[in-house]
Amino acid sequence: MEKGYIPSKEDFTLLHRQDLYTDTNFASQSYWKSVAMHFFKNRRAVIGLVIILLIILFAAIGPSMNEFGYRDIVQYRNENNKRVVAKGIAPQIPALHKLFTGEELEGNFSQYTFLFGTDDLGRDLWTRTWYGARVSLLIAFVTIIIDMIIGMSYGLVSGYFGGLTDNVMQRFVEIANSVPRLVIVSVLAIFMPKGMGLVIVALLLTEWIGMSKIARAEMLKIKEQEYVLASRTLGAGHGHIIFRQILPNTIGPIITQVMFSIPTAIFTEAFLSFVGVGIALPQCSVGTLIEDGFNNITTLPYQILPPIIVLALLMLGFNFIGDGLREALAPKLEDM
Amino acid sequence: MIKYTLKRVGMAVLTLLIITFLLFVLVRIMPGNPFPSERMSAEQIANKRAEMGLDDPILTQFFRYLGNALHGDFGKGTSLYYGAPISTVLSTAISNSFRIGGLAVLWGSLVGLVLGITAALHRGKFLDGFCTVVSILGVCVPSYVFLIFLQYTFAFKIPFFPYFFDSSRFLFSSVIPALSLSLFTTSTIARFTRNEMVEVFDSDYVRLAEAKGMYGRGLVMKHVLRNALIPIVTVLAPLIVDLLTGALVVEKIYGINGIGKLMVDAIAGEGIDYNYVLALGILYSALYIGIMLLVDLLYGVLDPRIRVSSGKKEA
Repeated sequence: MEKGYIPSKEDFTLLHRQDLYTDTNFASQSYWKSVAMHFFKNRRAVIGLVIILLIILFAAIGPSMNEFGYRDIVQYRNENNKRVVAKGIAPQIPALHKLFTGEELEGNFSQYTFLFGTDDLGRDLWTRTWYGARVSLLIAFVTIIIDMIIGMSYGLVSGYFGGLTDNVMQRFVEIANSVPRLVIVSVLAIFMPKGMGLVIVALLLTEWIGMSKIARAEMLKIKEQEYVLASRTLGAGHGHIIFRQILPNTIGPIITQVMFSIPTAIFTEAFLSFVGVGIALPQCSVGTLIEDGFNNITTLPYQILPPIIVLALLMLGFNFIGDGLREALAPKLEDM
Repeated sequence: MIKYTLKRVGMAVLTLLIITFLLFVLVRIMPGNPFPSERMSAEQIANKRAEMGLDDPILTQFFRYLGNALHGDFGKGTSLYYGAPISTVLSTAISNSFRIGGLAVLWGSLVGLVLGITAALHRGKFLDGFCTVVSILGVCVPSYVFLIFLQYTFAFKIPFFPYFFDSSRFLFSSVIPALSLSLFTTSTIARFTRNEMVEVFDSDYVRLAEAKGMYGRGLVMKHVLRNALIPIVTVLAPLIVDLLTGALVVEKIYGINGIGKLMVDAIAGEGIDYNYVLALGILYSALYIGIMLLVDLLYGVLDPRIRVSSGKKEA
């Protein structure tokens, strides 16, 4: 028989009071802190965030990084008082050209740096690309935030009251959801002038539905919880319960939906502008820039690249962030 | 199941009717005059209006339109293809669009499935990475951008395929548009198939099958793929709908006389053609609702659990 282990005095340490109260294995962590931790651990999500932040930065400062405005035509008058316009110049950086070839760049506009070249009217594409990104981002953000407010309120109210209210509201959503976006846009095109307004209204009319569905699902999950019952017992009004108490607990999934809706909005805007019912000249957006590039693709193929790359990066970035958020909000057990 | 199906079909038809009515009213209350007023006297216009039934109550007009539409008569275009009946133009357009869209769906699902299965079988290896890259590409590159790229490379730089659509060489000239339309389908199906397969591979019943001595193709085809396919059906509906939207620009760029190009011409041209907008709006809504319905029913057939629960729950 083996002798049992006899504990010695060194095996024990005195616990201090504060150690007793924090369980180091399951230390309570605030909800958002844990979401942020999971989010930043996700490599893709961080890449997405960096991409989006960079694009936002360039959209903010890019257009003012050189002396050309988004609608300025780069030109001068030569000795015969004739206009010389910098039409369709390929991307050029005089300093680099000199560095690598040892020769000065030739041409009428050799003193200028055109990072993305110029378009067929002689406007600097660097400025226009970032200006277009700014327009696209602004439209997407503004419409999606309004959509979020509309959709969230609609879904929360519908889910909270249930019964007949819910039934009527959901039938309406069902019908609204079965009208294809294209049809909405085409009917709008009858009533509204083409341009930014049309794009915004089209997005407002379509994107709230997804948000309302998610908000309603969350509401159905939450409204049976005790704290809701407690509030009601204490006499809180419906508005207070819905918007003050339940809404903060539904915000996570809704923000995720926002992250997926923004690329949809950007894509829709690009698509409408490409078709010709979106942003009107001389304003530009990613969509109109792609259209311009496409019109000149056989002669000046480099023009289409910057807006396409910006568009692709925007879609990529927001999708990565959305995926990351979704995983961070509902982490699987094995990732803990 | 029959009751459930009937209920869904009835709901779909009702929704379509409501949408049609709304579209009709919206298009009809447009201000403006269908006749060139300076060349016609007031009396002539009044006669013409009465002849066309424009003075009848809107409901009467709607049911007349609906009756005609059910017989395939959508009236004539007001500015587009002036004089030709819409139904004739539409039927050519539908056949063109459906053939190319069908090719794209077929090709996209096939490649997506194969890619997804291979990726799941070689988890963590090169092919898996390749599948991820394709699915990311599909998410962030719109189909028309891919079309522009293909058109520029394989029709302009290397003039192998026709630069524009040519209906006399249908199959050959639909390679580029169908391929570009299928990119999104391919990527989504590949991603879904891979994830579902991986999940099913880890499930207990597959482990049981393995323990009983199943391996290789039998296991993959009989046990894994069959169960992995069910959720994939749910993404097919939004995919086909996206295809419809994407086809709009693709048809416009590649010069295909399809419903998408017709729609663009009807809304983005000089004068908006109300009759075409109405007819195409109804067509698109019908397609959309039809696809949703089909996928819903298909899902019920494939997964009995869904059928039972949604059959009970659905109001």
